Amino acid sequence: MAETKYETHEYDVVVIGAGGAGLRAAVEASAQGAKTALVCKSLLGKAHTVMAEGGIAAAMGNVYPEDNWKVHFRDTMRGGKLLNNWRMAQIHAQEAPDRVLELEEWGALFDRTQDGLILQRDFGGHRYARLAHVGDRTGLEMIRTLQQHAVHKGIDVYMECNLQRLLTDSGRISGAFGYWRESGKFILFKCKAVVLATGGGGKAWKVTSNSWEYSGDGVTMAADVGADLMDMEFMQFHPTGMVWPPSVRGILVTEGVRGDGGTLKNSQGERFMFRYIPEFFKAETADSEKEADAWYEDKRNRRTPDLLPRDEVARAINSEVKAGRGTPHGGVFLDIASRRPADYIQRRLPSMYHQFKELADVDITKEPMEVGPTCHYAMGGVRVDADSTATTVPGLFAAGEVAAGLHGANRLGGNSLSDLLVFGRRAGLYAAEYAKKLQGALSINNEQVDAYARELLAPFEAQGSENPYKIHSDLQDCMQDLVGIIRTESELKQALGMIQQLKERSRTVKVEGNRHFNTGWHLALDLHSLLTFAEAATLAAIERKESRGGHTRDDYPNTDPKFAKVNIVVRKADGAMTLAQEPLPEMPDDLKALLEEKN
Amino acid sequence: MADQEVHMRLWRGDAGGGEFQDYRIAVGEGQVVLDVIHAIQAQQANDLAVRWNCKAGKCGSCSAEINGKPRLMCMTRMNIFDPGETITVAPMKTFPIIRDLVTDVSFNFKKAREVPAFKPKPKDPDGKRRMYQEDIDRVQEFHKCIECFLCQNVCHVIRDHEENKQAFAGPRLFVRLAALEMHPLDANDRIEIIKQKAGIGLCNITKCCTEVCPEHIHITDNAIIPLKERIVDRYYDPIAKLLGLFSQKK
Repeated sequence: MAETKYETHEYDVVVIGAGGAGLRAAVEASAQGAKTALVCKSLLGKAHTVMAEGGIAAAMGNVYPEDNWKVHFRDTMRGGKLLNNWRMAQIHAQEAPDRVLELEEWGALFDRTQDGLILQRDFGGHRYARLAHVGDRTGLEMIRTLQQHAVHKGIDVYMECNLQRLLTDSGRISGAFGYWRESGKFILFKCKAVVLATGGGGKAWKVTSNSWEYSGDGVTMAADVGADLMDMEFMQFHPTGMVWPPSVRGILVTEGVRGDGGTLKNSQGERFMFRYIPEFFKAETADSEKEADAWYEDKRNRRTPDLLPRDEVARAINSEVKAGRGTPHGGVFLDIASRRPADYIQRRLPSMYHQFKELADVDITKEPMEVGPTCHYAMGGVRVDADSTATTVPGLFAAGEVAAGLHGANRLGGNSLSDLLVFGRRAGLYAAEYAKKLQGALSINNEQVDAYARELLAPFEAQGSENPYKIHSDLQDCMQDLVGIIRTESELKQALGMIQQLKERSRTVKVEGNRHFNTGWHLALDLHSLLTFAEAATLAAIERKESRGGHTRDDYPNTDPKFAKVNIVVRKADGAMTLAQEPLPEMPDDLKALLEEKN
Repeated sequence: MADQEVHMRLWRGDAGGGEFQDYRIAVGEGQVVLDVIHAIQAQQANDLAVRWNCKAGKCGSCSAEINGKPRLMCMTRMNIFDPGETITVAPMKTFPIIRDLVTDVSFNFKKAREVPAFKPKPKDPDGKRRMYQEDIDRVQEFHKCIECFLCQNVCHVIRDHEENKQAFAGPRLFVRLAALEMHPLDANDRIEIIKQKAGIGLCNITKCCTEVCPEHIHITDNAIIPLKERIVDRYYDPIAKLLGLFSQKK
């Protein structure tokens, strides 16, 4: 191929995204001997993983020796309302402990048990205390450990580099194209395999715990080259985000507050979660305050309903507020102050203490927090093979939040960090293997690259006058109001219409200034992926005419056995999205038996 | 100060030069400086360059100098300023300007590459690793670092002396080196590097770094001074020198 006019690099494997999954994938691909590049939109170490608070779920059995992968598998499947890919849930539960111990080999320092082992904490939906953690800043420990390990392994890192389009040759991955944020200049990667580790698209919603980076890039790039998307209707609204003051609305409050003894109360002081225990979890959930409180010390009691899976708690909070039993600022109370000593709270939850003190003038050791649901996590994403993380496009792999399957209809807290490690490693491993085995030369279609370059520069030359920030905020209002926690067909269809209008408007976005670190231009380009993510999520939400996990339909309030057997798959061809219902893979009988076991 | 108008002066420009520009904008309840910057970006200056991610003091992306004080924009409440006070936001001074409030912090990543990696000791005979909470408390303090580089920014060894950047790693890296040196499982030796390449001797413990740390890490007392002591023990203590053969690192 002739030399191109763009800065060009050649690799075996290009990993896009440098959170937990991307870093772990790059470390593995490199260890397998593949020439590996790690490309990220922010500085290294600033990805979303850094904000993860509670911990890494792994059945190590350090606190409860009776814990093992089978229980973790069962909890994950039940938390996901059995819509999970069973094989992913199995691999995840089996491999998570090794991945945690590996971090320790690389210098991570988790909180300890009395015996000097890794301490594990309680979290929603997990039968045993299972989350390896460092106070409430586990994500920081994890990303820093991986980042330093990757740096010492000499992996090439391209920071503040935004890849926007994947390139293919006869249907196989041959490269990726994007721009440097600093100079605005284009950069072209020629490679045999790409690992997507780009996270989700929660920035399409208004009240969200997600940063600007969560614009759905991976899902969009994959769909644009014909990869299947799956489970896009399932968005997790984390039950506890900050609600006051308005400027911090949506910032996450860790589930660790409840794991460490905090309870939810309405404005009447009632621990309302006892009224929201669904039939599905009745057998394993405490029905009295006495039993719930005793569970923290003795797991022969049943679990407190404060720690039901996140979808259940978010819906309950939503109902309490709607019924007029909310707090002055439209949330509910989360109280740990009256239940645990101040020094315990400060030791276990230092960053929550700091966050409320600094941003809301609330001392969480003395008064309750006000919390409410916030858009947090996409269960859906790119469809992958359970063992190899391969997508339906040869040479394209996906791991972490951008991939679908592991979490089914709802993710349990703590299962994300473990997901990143387990499937990040597998993505690096299988991408390297694929690159090694690939036969024949790959070529880059220069005309295609030129066309992409023109697309990316269009906002500078557009005739219109649309402000990219305005379109983004209109999209956030639309998704918040019409594709939120509780959905209904008429509103979803209205949202779809608005997304089409926003797409039209996004073609007339005008950016000012030049290409040098131009944030307006960056956002203008992200609108394509934000809108693609929003459209896929809305279409899938219309298709699933039932309520399950992170998808609640007002017009179909119950689960429907017909939908228990299918995933909603979204495909994009010639610019249009199509939908299909495809059967879940059949679970082997020995694993089915694990789900039946009580207690 | 609900919906009150505020006068902001933001530095706009690039490596070639620039100046402060004035903006007037409404401020909502509970807002932080970063909220106001975002509002200016959305309404008045679409191309204003600023770094941010978590907006909750956890990622360390939005460091700047606000009314002359190095701070995180996301953790600086607007209500700490007097009504009518002009708020000036400038990029960190120690690092080269890229554009507006964004600086080239690659110095810190380059120095991080020079730190010898963690090297674990052998496992316990049963294949496990044991550490006790009281032994890791002090290292966990260092692991709180969010790499906002405000400590690097205020360190006068490099803030006013570009020439020192060659042979001086700065407070952030001393925290990292201390974390490795005091890690109960680490078997690497970095004392010579701390003395030579990282140039800890240039630090004269004025504690500017400690004062600006948003994580309240006791950088000077808990990281830098103990490292200086280890260097003294290794290189300048005559008795230790005599017994050098038997000396232990930790």
